[in-house]
Amino acid sequence: MFPSHMTEAIVQVEHLRKEFDGTVAVADVSFEVRRGEIVGVLGPNGAGKSTTIQVLIGLTTPTAGTIRVFGQDLEKNRVDILQRCNFSSAYTGLPSNLKVWENLLVFSLIYGVKNHRKKVDELLELFEIAHLRGKITGHLSSGESTRVNLCKALLNDPELLLLDEPTASLDPDIADKVRKLLRRVQREKGITMIYTSHNMRDVEEVCDRVLFMHKGRIIAEGTPRQVIEKFQQNTLEEVFIRVARGGDLLGEVAE
Amino acid sequence: MNWRRVGALILRYTFLYTRSMPRILEMFFWPVMDLLVWGFVTMYLLKGGKAVPSYFTFLIGAMIFWDILYRSQQAITISFLEDVWARNLLNVFVAPIRVSEFIVATYVVGFVKIMVIVALLTVLASSLYSFNLFVMGISLIPLFVNLLLMGWAIGMMTTALIMRLGQSAEALAWGIPFLIQPVCAVFYPLNILPKWLQPISLAIPATHVFEGMRDVLENKGMPVGHLWAAFGLNLLYLAAGALIFSRIFDVARRKGLLAKLGTQ
Repeated sequence: MFPSHMTEAIVQVEHLRKEFDGTVAVADVSFEVRRGEIVGVLGPNGAGKSTTIQVLIGLTTPTAGTIRVFGQDLEKNRVDILQRCNFSSAYTGLPSNLKVWENLLVFSLIYGVKNHRKKVDELLELFEIAHLRGKITGHLSSGESTRVNLCKALLNDPELLLLDEPTASLDPDIADKVRKLLRRVQREKGITMIYTSHNMRDVEEVCDRVLFMHKGRIIAEGTPRQVIEKFQQNTLEEVFIRVARGGDLLGEVAE
Repeated sequence: MNWRRVGALILRYTFLYTRSMPRILEMFFWPVMDLLVWGFVTMYLLKGGKAVPSYFTFLIGAMIFWDILYRSQQAITISFLEDVWARNLLNVFVAPIRVSEFIVATYVVGFVKIMVIVALLTVLASSLYSFNLFVMGISLIPLFVNLLLMGWAIGMMTTALIMRLGQSAEALAWGIPFLIQPVCAVFYPLNILPKWLQPISLAIPATHVFEGMRDVLENKGMPVGHLWAAFGLNLLYLAAGALIFSRIFDVARRKGLLAKLGTQ
């Protein structure tokens, strides 16, 4: 059972299939994400999680299946839906010769943020990087860049936030701070998050529920504890290694 | 079309171009070098060869006009590449920005850049070689607009090709305009081209602009026929550019190329 505020489906994916020139990246995936949940999408390389995320943010079109976000068809209402979402990835950057506040100002104008100066300052304070406000983005360390990216991702108070390995380039101390901050922001604002990571500790700590993907399908779904128990392991990391190394695991789990 | 978002993108390019010395130098360096070379070649021909008519100064005009076409094409393509280089393309395309808003912002930025460059070249050409671009009078405006339109059309097609072929094809941004340069009679009249090539040349809007420019400099009056031909062809080119861009954008989304391009 979910708390009452977590019953509204924000994301509904039905029979998603994605092929690239005949190669199946996502075979048949269906899931829902409810308001206020943090859902981790996990799986070894080639499992289809990145493709699933790319489809969810409208970067890639599905071969088959339907995606509804906020109850609207993603393909037909892409711009309206993206206005209420945001995205941050360890693999993207912001223009390197702009100052931090300039990059954030530009995106706050794109998203139509009211009181954008105040909002930018609040977020920089929240991520403890107010001192970087006037710095050139290209001069930041990777940890600082990640936090600036996260500020960008929270500018429009998104109802749905997609985070692609947000702590990938952070040292353990900053990664821990970022995880706690994301949790705090999510609790305070009720943001729905979809989170991918190869760091299983991240996922156990942050996510309410995980979707474990393998060879383009979801092979396990539940709380991190439920998934660990399903695979009869002690940690998500052990599950991950077992899935990555077990060629016929899909059949094993189905049995 | 949401003008707030277009304005935000223009602001971003303003920050980008005013902050970066290499970008500012790149903007002015090649046009000024071209002007110096073509200007001195023209001076040499005018002084040395008595048979050379005075309207030979059209070489300087052609050089300035070519730069308008080249820079308007570059404005769109390089703006797109800037986002690829900064790994910012995903941030742009997962923001609520329509492709048309992105393109319009690059048009505006390109227009401003061209105005600045042309102003500089006009002053230099006038002071160094006594070549006055404004001698073309009112004809200058439709000639300029036609070059701008063709540059935008070629820019959309080039960007689409880079989107389809990936970052390794970025050299196209600089190469494509030079593919058409020999055919569109920039520095010589159309009748110099082989007969079989002339119909192809006449299907390019820029040919009519450069022929029209020479007519004006030879005091033949406003080249109405060339201007209408250029304008009509530009409408076709722009429609084709928009169609190609939109189709390849759809292909890029279907094949996952945007995500690849955004994280390379």
